[in-house]
Amino acid sequence: MFLLQDGVTNGAIYALLAVALVLVFAVTRVILIPQGDLVAFGGLTLAALETGRTPGSVWLLLGLAAAATVMEVIASRNRLPPGRIALNALKMALPALVIAAAVLLLAPLQLGSIVNLVLCASLIIPMGPYLYRTAFQPLADASVLVLLIAAVGAHLAMTGLGLAFFGAEGYRTSPLIDAAFTLGPLTVTAQSLLVVGATLALLLSLALFFSRTLIGKALRASAVNRRGARLVGIPTARAGSLAFTMAAAIAVVSAVLVAPLATLYYDSGFIIGLKGFVAAIIGGLAAYPATVAAAIGVGILEAFSSFWASAFKEVIIFASIIPILLLRSLRSAHHEEEE
Amino acid sequence: MPTSDLKRLAIFAAVVLALPLLPFVPSFWITLFVFIGIASLVALGLVLLTGVGGMTSFGQAAFVGFGAYTTAVLTTSFGWSPWLTLPVSLATTGVAALAIGLVTVRLSGHYLPLGTIAWGMCFYYLFGNLQVIGAHDGISGIPPLHFIDQPLTGARAIYVVVWIAVLLSIAGTLNLLNSRVGRGIRALRSGATAAESSGVNVWRAKLLVFVYAALLAGLAGWLYAHFQRATTPGAFNLNIGIEYLLMAVIGGAGHVYGAILGAAIVVLAKNVLQDAMPMIFGFAGNYEIIVFGVLLILLLQVSRDGFWPAIAGRFSRLSGVAAPIDTTYRLAKGDMTLSPDLLLAVKGATKRFGGLVAVNDVSFKVPRGHIVGLIGPNGAGKSTTFNLVTGVLGVSEGEIHFAGERIDGLTPRQIAARRIARTFQHVKLAPGMSVLENVAIGAHKRGRAGMLAGILKLDRAEERRIFAEAAFQIERVGLQAEMHRKAGELALGQQRLAEIARALCLDPVLLLLDEPAAGLRHMEKQALAALIRRLRYEGMSVLLVEHDMDFVMQLTDEIVVLDFGTKIAEGAPAEIRRNEAVIEAYLGTAA
Repeated sequence: MFLLQDGVTNGAIYALLAVALVLVFAVTRVILIPQGDLVAFGGLTLAALETGRTPGSVWLLLGLAAAATVMEVIASRNRLPPGRIALNALKMALPALVIAAAVLLLAPLQLGSIVNLVLCASLIIPMGPYLYRTAFQPLADASVLVLLIAAVGAHLAMTGLGLAFFGAEGYRTSPLIDAAFTLGPLTVTAQSLLVVGATLALLLSLALFFSRTLIGKALRASAVNRRGARLVGIPTARAGSLAFTMAAAIAVVSAVLVAPLATLYYDSGFIIGLKGFVAAIIGGLAAYPATVAAAIGVGILEAFSSFWASAFKEVIIFASIIPILLLRSLRSAHHEEEE
Repeated sequence: MPTSDLKRLAIFAAVVLALPLLPFVPSFWITLFVFIGIASLVALGLVLLTGVGGMTSFGQAAFVGFGAYTTAVLTTSFGWSPWLTLPVSLATTGVAALAIGLVTVRLSGHYLPLGTIAWGMCFYYLFGNLQVIGAHDGISGIPPLHFIDQPLTGARAIYVVVWIAVLLSIAGTLNLLNSRVGRGIRALRSGATAAESSGVNVWRAKLLVFVYAALLAGLAGWLYAHFQRATTPGAFNLNIGIEYLLMAVIGGAGHVYGAILGAAIVVLAKNVLQDAMPMIFGFAGNYEIIVFGVLLILLLQVSRDGFWPAIAGRFSRLSGVAAPIDTTYRLAKGDMTLSPDLLLAVKGATKRFGGLVAVNDVSFKVPRGHIVGLIGPNGAGKSTTFNLVTGVLGVSEGEIHFAGERIDGLTPRQIAARRIARTFQHVKLAPGMSVLENVAIGAHKRGRAGMLAGILKLDRAEERRIFAEAAFQIERVGLQAEMHRKAGELALGQQRLAEIARALCLDPVLLLLDEPAAGLRHMEKQALAALIRRLRYEGMSVLLVEHDMDFVMQLTDEIVVLDFGTKIAEGAPAEIRRNEAVIEAYLGTAA
């Protein structure tokens, strides 16, 4: 039972990751390997803010913003008058500059956990759209395969930058609510309840967003058919940017939830992300409910295999993906993708 | 291998093998070149797998691991001689690749690379946790290779071994690409459906290329183990696998020499960056991945073909003029009279896509030696009917019989084996291959040389006959002037003719032509009509979809008319011309 509880808690976090992956894939066809890195950076940022240090993510954000601004200028250099270019560049760079300034000012003051959360979110969330602008928007029409290779490239770069900006040590944050109570034979920590609760709330609001709001519907439209969506006036680049923003926001939530439960290192994101990924793939990179169920399944499988064969925990998790992939591809054998 | 390739390889070999003889080249450089050579082998496999075959793998490092660990265990624990372990290393890698390939090669699109990430992770943790192979510490004290009695310990000595392996692999790979099996592999990326309809077993071609790439990686692993004299799991993790892919992409996935260029760039850059980056950041760590990651993205954004094509352009004068092909000795023709008079019978064929009925209870016959036209307005279900007959789609209801045998439910390849050939409404040629090579794919089923024969060039006699046949069919459709051009450079009408030549290379009894005259000029249409009549005279039957009514009316013996998936008329051209239902379907109202 204890394993089951552990599994469900982990599974809830994988579910968040998986949902973000499905969301991004559906809208942009990018398999967002760096999602896990964003989670790790979120956790490390929070840990740094708790101890009053300036988080390395400030520099990362500034770097990404600078790259995005340069690319924006280059992309529009022969199409727009210089005034417009300057304005666009300013629009691109300004949010990062404001946020960075705020963090540099406020971080040393240690204003408490609420302010820390806000600062962390405002550092990590803009990384989503900046990442989209620099790495993926120029490749928007490329095949899924090319986008996947680019995503792997982005992951490589971000891992290296993570090491440069956060150092090699691992950190764990203090839990948001420090409490535990017994429920029959179980000891339930408040943090794990928070994890499950927050996940459910977020999933529910995402479901509402997609079925009820116009933007949600537009995102779904550009997921189904990019060209068609463009023809009816949905700006697909902005849809991609929005999807990345949402993914980064989900990453912050996951980070806040996972950081007190596990010690995070600059490169922890990849493993966490890949497990979310296993779930996303089981769900076929398409169906949200199936994805969530699969994520809980992965969490439980992990809890049990770490108990019975801890050395081979990762082997078991990653091996489990292959029969599932096989099943998927056999079922869709007739839709061959050709270049 | 064409002579131009041979010349290029000879120059390359001379340069590479002369390098360590030069006394002024420092040992450190030689060591780097050994690493480049080892990485080149892996990248070469990836060029074939990713660039040529269109399958992306992030997990090649695991296969390097298989090769390295096999020899490490056998030499240290069982005292085997290093040379004896080479076949075992390759066999282990090959068997592992076959097992993994059987599961993952079927994965289409992006699922395959995701699968490779999964097993890349899986094997890294496995290597790191198995006590038998030293877990995280790995295995040390691996003996060096010996040449007669001389241990090959120095970098200069092993350099020669590594680069001979690289040169042989390049030669073998070039041979493979220019063989019957290789043409099947090269057709994977752009025309898997067409290759399948020409009788290429696409799944098997994918598996072959996957195992071949893994074997090159296994060879690299074996060399690595005896050069480093130690193995650790860290050398085979996913990041290294990504680096190998980076090499293939940088060099230009799809170009054999691009693999070596890419390997050189990555190994040298890694070396420089490992010294330079920690100085920038102030403490140690593998920061080179930042540069590699950014480089990978930039490369995809700026030049998706990598660096090799730009460099190769300067050397293009090396490639000579192709020799003319003697078409006297061709492949043996099959019997045209064996089949009964009623060749093809479609009985109540129905195809539904969800709620849409694309073909509804259609029946018609193609007697032997007849030309039957299938006409109807756009969306009438003509191409769907073609796909049903050739097995590209399965029927929802009804039966299709060919020469007395039921063929619905067979795969396109099985149908090709029954000598039914087809062309496609949307041309499916491999644009990067020459017209001749594309057409030769049609003769795939008529040759039997395997992969090994291709690599070792034991297939020359058969290859000559295949090319003679292909050249003969190209002449018949009137494309002889374009034979050596890339298929992608031809005008659309010419591409359709190339498809007909490819179909004829199958030696068909029944030929299905989907809009063959579209995009042809008047004179070309007349020549095509003459060719089709000649084929009928030789005993071939033809089923023809075409919009050019003059072309259909002058050529066919019978016409079947479809409208909204249903057959509305059937008969001789003169009857169809007068049929009111047909006129209504085409013009909207009865005239």
